[in-house]
Order: sequence, then C-alpha cells, then structure tokens
Amino acid sequence: MASKEKELNNKPKKEVAKKYEQYVKQFTPRPKYFSNSLKAFLVGGLICMAALYIQNMLVDKGLSEKSAGAYVTVILICLAQLLTGLGVFDTISKFAGAGVIVPITGFANSMVAPAIEYKKEGPVLGIGAKLFSIAGPVLVCGISVSVIIGIISYFMR
Amino acid sequence: MKNKLGKQTFQFPLKPRIIGSCSIVGEKEGKGPMAKWFDIILEDDTFGEKTWEKSESKMLKQALLLALQRSGLEKDQIDSMLTGDLINQLMPSSFMARDLSIPFLGIYGACSTMTESMILGSMMIDGLYASNILIGASSHYCTAERQFRMPLEHGNQRPPSAQWTSTAAGGMVLSANDKGDAAVTQGQDVKEIYITHATPGKIIDAGIKDVNQMGAAMAPAAVDTIVRHLMDTQRAPEFYDLILTGDLGLIGKQIAMDLLNGAGMDVANIYDDCGAMMYFESQDTHGGGSGCGCSASIFSGYVYKEMRSGKIKNALLVSTGALLSTISPQQGESIPGIAHAVAVTTEGGN
Amino acid sequence: MEYFYAFIIGGAICVIGQILIDTTKLTAPRILVIFVVAGAILTGLGIYEPLVKLANNGATVPLPGFGYALAKGAMDGAKDGFLAAVSGGIKDTAAGVAAAVTFGYAIALVFSPKSKR
Repeated sequence: MASKEKELNNKPKKEVAKKYEQYVKQFTPRPKYFSNSLKAFLVGGLICMAALYIQNMLVDKGLSEKSAGAYVTVILICLAQLLTGLGVFDTISKFAGAGVIVPITGFANSMVAPAIEYKKEGPVLGIGAKLFSIAGPVLVCGISVSVIIGIISYFMR
Repeated sequence: MKNKLGKQTFQFPLKPRIIGSCSIVGEKEGKGPMAKWFDIILEDDTFGEKTWEKSESKMLKQALLLALQRSGLEKDQIDSMLTGDLINQLMPSSFMARDLSIPFLGIYGACSTMTESMILGSMMIDGLYASNILIGASSHYCTAERQFRMPLEHGNQRPPSAQWTSTAAGGMVLSANDKGDAAVTQGQDVKEIYITHATPGKIIDAGIKDVNQMGAAMAPAAVDTIVRHLMDTQRAPEFYDLILTGDLGLIGKQIAMDLLNGAGMDVANIYDDCGAMMYFESQDTHGGGSGCGCSASIFSGYVYKEMRSGKIKNALLVSTGALLSTISPQQGESIPGIAHAVAVTTEGGN
Repeated sequence: MEYFYAFIIGGAICVIGQILIDTTKLTAPRILVIFVVAGAILTGLGIYEPLVKLANNGATVPLPGFGYALAKGAMDGAKDGFLAAVSGGIKDTAAGVAAAVTFGYAIALVFSPKSKR
C-alpha cells in the first residue's frame, strides 16, 4: 500500500489529521487574497460614501443627525433585502465579498435569505422562525453585550 | 464463502446485467461538458414543481421510469427498488416511491449511494432473491444547499475548494442474467453490461473538518477501496479501461491520483472523476461537482452508453460519499469518507 | 474630506472582513457576530467613538457600527438609570431591526428562491 498512507496509519489520529491537512494544502488553490480585498475595499467604501451622501441630504432637509442616521440604516436594509428577493444580492456578493457582507446590507441579506428559502414551510415556522436563523445569533450576542456594557457603565458613572 | 474474494470483495457468479438506464440533469449540468451523454436536461430546475424536494423527487422518478421503459420490462416485473438521496429521511426517494407500489428499500450512503444501490441490487439478484431490480440516486443543488450549507440567496463567497451539488438523477434496471446474450436495443446491436464484482468500502476518516474540503475528505476512502479491490481480485489497474470515482472533484481527484501513484499505480490514462468531469471551469463551480446525482447521472449516462457501444469494456465505478450530518461539523467532528466500488464489464457473459 | 474618510475607513473595515473570510474557516454567521460584538466592546472601551467622529457613516454602516449603536445606546441610557442602561441598546437600534424584520417578512412573502446557474 501507499507508503504515505502506511506512515499516516501508524501515528495517533490527531497527528494523522494534521499531516493529511498539510498534504491536502498543496492541492488546494488559494483564494485571490489581494483582488478579493481590493474589491471588498472599493465596494464597501462606496456603500459607506453613498450612505454618508444620503445622510447629508436628509440633514439638509432638516432632520436631526440621529434620525437621519436611522433613516440611512433603514434605507440600506430595505435595499439589500429587495435585492436579495430579486436574486441579485448573492451575485453582487460573489463579486464584492465582504464589501457587501460586512456593511449592514449583509445583516439584512442574512435575514431574508433563509426566510425566502423556508417559505414553503409556512408563514410561522418557515418565514417567521428562519428570519432569525442567522440574524438571531447576531442579535442575541449584540444585545447581550450591550446590556452588559450598559450595566457596567451604570455602576461606573 | 465462495462468493467472497480476499478481504472485502464480492463476486457475482450469475453476473447480473444492467439492461436499462436513464440520466436526468439540471440546467447548469446540461451546459457542462457531459451534456451530450444525458437523456433529459431540465429547462428549469424546478421541473414544474412547487418545492425543490418535489422537483428532486420527480427527477428521480422520471429517471427510474424511463430506465424501466428502456429495459423493456413492465413495472410489475420489478421485484424491488433501491434508491437514495441526500435529503433528511430520504424525502425525495420515499415520496417518489409512494406512487410506484414497488417494494422499496431506501438507502443512505451520501454521494456513494449509486454504487451502494448497485451492490445491494446485484447481491439480491445473485442471491436469487430477485430477478429485476430498479436502482437509482438523486441530488438537487437547491435541496442540498439549504440543508447542508447556506440558503440560496445568502450572499456568501464560496472558497476555491467548495464543490457544487449537482442537480442530477440516474436510474438503472438490474436484471438476472437468464435471457441469453442477444441484446438488441432500438434495433441496434449493443453490448450487454455485466456486474461481476463489488467492493464495499470501509469508512476512512482522515480528520478533515472543513466542510468545503469534501474531496480531500473522501479521497483516502476512494484510494483505499480501489487498492483493496485490485488486491482482492488480483487485477492490475490496467485491467480496467476506466476507473471512475464519484465526486472527489478537482482537488480530490488530484489527491487520489497522487495517493494511487504513491501506491505504485500509474492510473493517469484510465482514471477520472465524475465531479471533475461535470462542469466547465468557466461555469465557476470552484471544486467541481458533488452529490449522489453526480456519479449516478454520469454512470447511467456516459458510462452506460459508452459500454453499450463497446468503447469501454471494463470499468470500475467508485462512488464516494462524505458521511457528515448537518450538525456534525458544528460539534467539531471530522468528516468520515466512504467509497464503494463496482466492476462492470461487457465481456464474458455466459 | 468627510467622504474620503467614510470611504477609507468603511473600505478598511470590509477588508478586515474579507481577510477573515479568505484565511479562516469562519462561517458567515460567526463573522457577523464577531463584528457586532467587537464593535460593541470597542465602543465600551471608548475606542470606536473617535472612529465614528472621523469617518461618520464609514464607521456606522459596517456591522461594528451596529455594535457601536447598541453599546452607545446602553452607555447613554446608563446616565438615566439602571432600566435605561439595560434597554438603551435595543432602543437605539430599534428602527433598523424593526425595519429589517417587517420588510424582510414582506420580501419573503413575495419572492421565491431561484436556482443558481
């Protein structure tokens, strides 16, 4: 039998796994780190710039900065969800990667995508439950941390 | 144990035949390099159904019924039906079977299902428990993706090693070898295809935990089964015109080649992998195809037709499966790989 | 100039995410959680606020910005008492979450998933 395999078989399991993983690496193409990062940078940056532009426009119309910010968030979320529904978002993110996943658009997408997917399982346990299958952990962890931070700052004030 | 060879291999003295076959693939697969070998190419992956599970079920059913029709047999001549797929509780298979009223055995071997069903079907025939058996396997990109990975519309980037679950189904009719040699299909002289040996594989877990490295997880199992088969049957790799693994994909294929080379077998000219054959590089599937349907459709499309026409005489079909569950990666488990081999030939019928 | 900073900082945060995607085996939900929690903790430590001042939407639109809003709400609330400290985070992010839930539900009712070519 293969000498490589025999060699692998005589070692403890963890070491075999490690060695095999190393061996596999030489056959695995690497992601295009630079071009992926560049695309993410450009698209992500552009989304943030566009958000700022909309925010400034809203402030000019007389909204407070805080509510303008909230409106911008809502606009971005709705836009991302609409694109997800139209089946375009995953095409964009295939190109832009983290450029659209890391902005709030990615969060919006991660709510709608599973909800659409499980539509046939009903409006309650399908859409209702699956809206939170990816976003749920984000909200749970985010809100928990915010409560802890709130309590700490309450006692430190 | 006169029908067992060596450690793991069965021989079938009665040489069950493959007398009918049909392959159905989805839209994307129909644009790939193997398109001309498939019997039906869907224009729309929904296949006119409301859920993806129903679409997959219908694909499998169509493949089986068409294979049956081509074999020239009637439904009530079929003694048993063995099929499987990737979906929880074998939904596409069982739900397809409820309309057919044929004794049904559902099997799960992940992507190794096609050869697993071939082995079991051949044993039933060779053991004189059945004369005609219907076997098949299916997978659908849209059912598998949401069960094992991410929702379709989710914007994630697939790493270069990720494989693409093929939307495909394949069905075959296995039959007892009792009608003599003269095979005539649609007025043409064609070769008979016999199943002579089978080697069910051991589970080999090389410790790969990355679900996007299925090919690498399954390659050692494939190599183990191939080497074991050749040892048990005392055949050289050159005995076969074609050694075809199931769905190791592009990366797994290279690993398997390298491991086989390391075992002193030069298989460069005869070895290929269904997952690596299924798509053009421009179709952007990264690691190639996977899923039960990938090997099922290529065996019952390409291999079956090439053997019928006599271009391939001896072939070793090795479907490979990654036996992970939807929760095992989350529990930090590595991926158990498996591979089952079936030897088919057009020579030496009795 | 504020557009320049929004572009640079926003882009830079996305690049961090891209590097995480490409070099680690972290799944998408984990990356989202990491970003939001990191944003909240950095805000708690007083590190994220200056970034928001500098880059505005460049820092608030990426997911750490969501963490920032959560933590900022809680810290602002802490000035008004214990209950406000606990509820502040949710209160300040309520608009976005409510929109995402309601609009998301509507979208899911209207559209169906498509097979990928």
